[in-house]
Amino acid sequence: MNGAGTARNGDGMAEEWLIKGARIAGADRVADIRLAGGVITGVGEDLSAPGARVLDAAGLVALPGLVDLHTHLREPGREDAETVETGTRGAALGGFTAVHAMANTEPAADTAGVVEQVWRLGQQAGYCDVRPVGAVTVGLGGRQLAELGAMADSAARVRVFSDDGNCVADPLLMLRALEYVKAFDGVIAQHAQEPRLTEGAQLNEGEVASRLGLAGWPAAAEEAIIARDCLLAAHVGSALHVCHVSTAGSVEIIRWAKSKGWQVTAEVTPHHLLLTDDLAAGYDPVFKVNPPLRTHADVAALRAALADGTIDCVATDHAPHPVEAKETEWAAAANGMTGLETALRVVHLAMVDTGLLDWAGVADRMSARPAAIGRVPGHGQPLRPGGPANLTLYDPAAPAEAVDPAAHASKSRNSPFAGMALPGQVHATFLRGTATVLDGKVTR
Amino acid sequence: MTGSPMPAGRHRHLISAADLSRDEAVLILDTAAELASVAGRPIRKLPTLRGMTVVNLFFEDSTRTRTSFEAAAKRLSADVINFSARGSSVAKGESLKDTALTLEAMGADAVVVRHSASGAAHRLAGWVTGSVVNAGDGTHEHPTQALLDAFTMRQRLGAPDQRGGGLDGVRVTIVGDVLHSRVARSNVLLLATLGAEVTLVAPPTLMPYAVETWPCKASYDFDAELRKSDVVMMLRVQQERMTAAYFPSIREYSRRYGLDAGRMALLPEHAIVMHPGPMNRGVEIAAEVADSPRSTIVAQVSNGVIVRMAVLYLLLGGAAAAA
Repeated sequence: MNGAGTARNGDGMAEEWLIKGARIAGADRVADIRLAGGVITGVGEDLSAPGARVLDAAGLVALPGLVDLHTHLREPGREDAETVETGTRGAALGGFTAVHAMANTEPAADTAGVVEQVWRLGQQAGYCDVRPVGAVTVGLGGRQLAELGAMADSAARVRVFSDDGNCVADPLLMLRALEYVKAFDGVIAQHAQEPRLTEGAQLNEGEVASRLGLAGWPAAAEEAIIARDCLLAAHVGSALHVCHVSTAGSVEIIRWAKSKGWQVTAEVTPHHLLLTDDLAAGYDPVFKVNPPLRTHADVAALRAALADGTIDCVATDHAPHPVEAKETEWAAAANGMTGLETALRVVHLAMVDTGLLDWAGVADRMSARPAAIGRVPGHGQPLRPGGPANLTLYDPAAPAEAVDPAAHASKSRNSPFAGMALPGQVHATFLRGTATVLDGKVTR
Repeated sequence: MTGSPMPAGRHRHLISAADLSRDEAVLILDTAAELASVAGRPIRKLPTLRGMTVVNLFFEDSTRTRTSFEAAAKRLSADVINFSARGSSVAKGESLKDTALTLEAMGADAVVVRHSASGAAHRLAGWVTGSVVNAGDGTHEHPTQALLDAFTMRQRLGAPDQRGGGLDGVRVTIVGDVLHSRVARSNVLLLATLGAEVTLVAPPTLMPYAVETWPCKASYDFDAELRKSDVVMMLRVQQERMTAAYFPSIREYSRRYGLDAGRMALLPEHAIVMHPGPMNRGVEIAAEVADSPRSTIVAQVSNGVIVRMAVLYLLLGGAAAAA
């Protein structure tokens, strides 16, 4: 799988590193970390490693390499917005070592050929492991199942399937998909949006949309699908993953489904943890996203759910768009926000600075849990000797700096955090022992 | 003209009725009243905006609103360019921004914009240096309609000398498809600013979300509101709302929320009936109501020109005087 065969990483040519004095998230101690041959060869005090490059990590937090379950890399088809190379470079800068590339490309990733192409592009780029997500239905059309087994058996070893961007709205098709992927330990990641309830929808149905004259996107349109899908997943004993949960009501339904012992997992985006619908008041489509930004009460519920584990993980829903897709009137603008390069800093602000999560919690919600949900081998593991050398060094004390999308590695500039002061900085990222990012910059 | 232009910088644009303070709204109405006296003279044209260019940028067909703005600008001696989206480069896919840059290059001092997307006027204002007047953006606002409605109410219901006055205590009932109505949104905001007591009447499906946070009351019972209304404003209801299941049929809508002669008889003696047009006779308003002495529908049209003259004068007049 990705773990062994990349040309640039983990092939025995991997660098040797001695990381001095990092705070190990989850271990509650300061220690040195030694990397060699693509694995962690030692964690402890005063380690020595003659000939290894030394990185002074005093004050830095060491996290297992971050894993994103929800990334739009746009290749093939919309290379003007992003490519696998630019997107994964941004991912590495954000501290990620693995990303899941969503299937809504042009053509859609609904065959073994397309998912293998995306997987190979990821290997060639070498910034992080690219795990293609397979479409659930042909062309994301919601009418006929795509060849899920062929994608699972392909070189890309697809395990997560999603029509993201579209909801698998047909209940029978959803039931069959959930059941079918059990044969290869797959999971269906649902974009929960009842299509009839959201025709023409522009912004969270609420006070703000009503005042602005923008068609409402009701919370119930998300919650109705989540409730239905939980019942379907329980009925066939299958794994359901809920993409970008955005409402307090959704949290309640997922909490209930989990209490039943059903295999339901869920993600929340950084933007839904921080931003609210009142930002749309100036009609700037940089704040247009699907599902939409919600209310302060929803943000509070999402944060609490991520803290208590009801929501398993953070996923970026990184959705790059060219300038012209956002420089329009609101209704004509594309949905989506970039997020890979700001995700950890947003989580720092929304979850750590608020006392809701400690760094061990961040490691769990941004690495261990998403790796488990995505069935990603070699990622999301504790920083222990013998484990894969996928890790991120984060400087939580770096002074808060305003986000400048022009400085991002992503080809697109549609960051809703532009101009916002976010704390912290990703200092270094290691993929199988090789530094992809050092001193906050990509190494090549 | 006695009305002094609005303070420079405070208002370059008119995007939302919420942008106007009470004093500013009254100033517009008073300026319009001055202009109305000019309108009665044999030479109706004023030289105020000579040499200035007003562009009517209409992405939606609306002959009545466009001609109203055109007449207003011409009576102030401005040059008027009508830029209609149909048959222009916009129909070929040119973006709103590129259209804005084109108008900018043509030296538009003001752009009067009508667009199907809420917020379009707001966006446009960020891309041009001239003034932007919102002539209706999607289901958001239509502030000059609210101003002409307020002007008409003051004319018909106000004290003999209405100058300087608002609409304090005037009870206005706005009836119909409030959810999709930019006229209703602008009227609620402006009328509340002017001191009127506004009640919205609609079937629950056509009442906006969170209407309780608006500066007005809301009711589903038309007949109960009629008896305590000084003004009844009927909104146009569109056939396609029925196919989207907002109500079962046009006939049922008309029975429950239409203003016919029987309902008109419930109104107090002095009450007036308004409609922003175009009307669906026999649907939201019966012909005998539209044509009755209570109806101000024709006056609203002529007042529209005068109020839009006042808006253009106040937005551009200061700049013209400086130049």
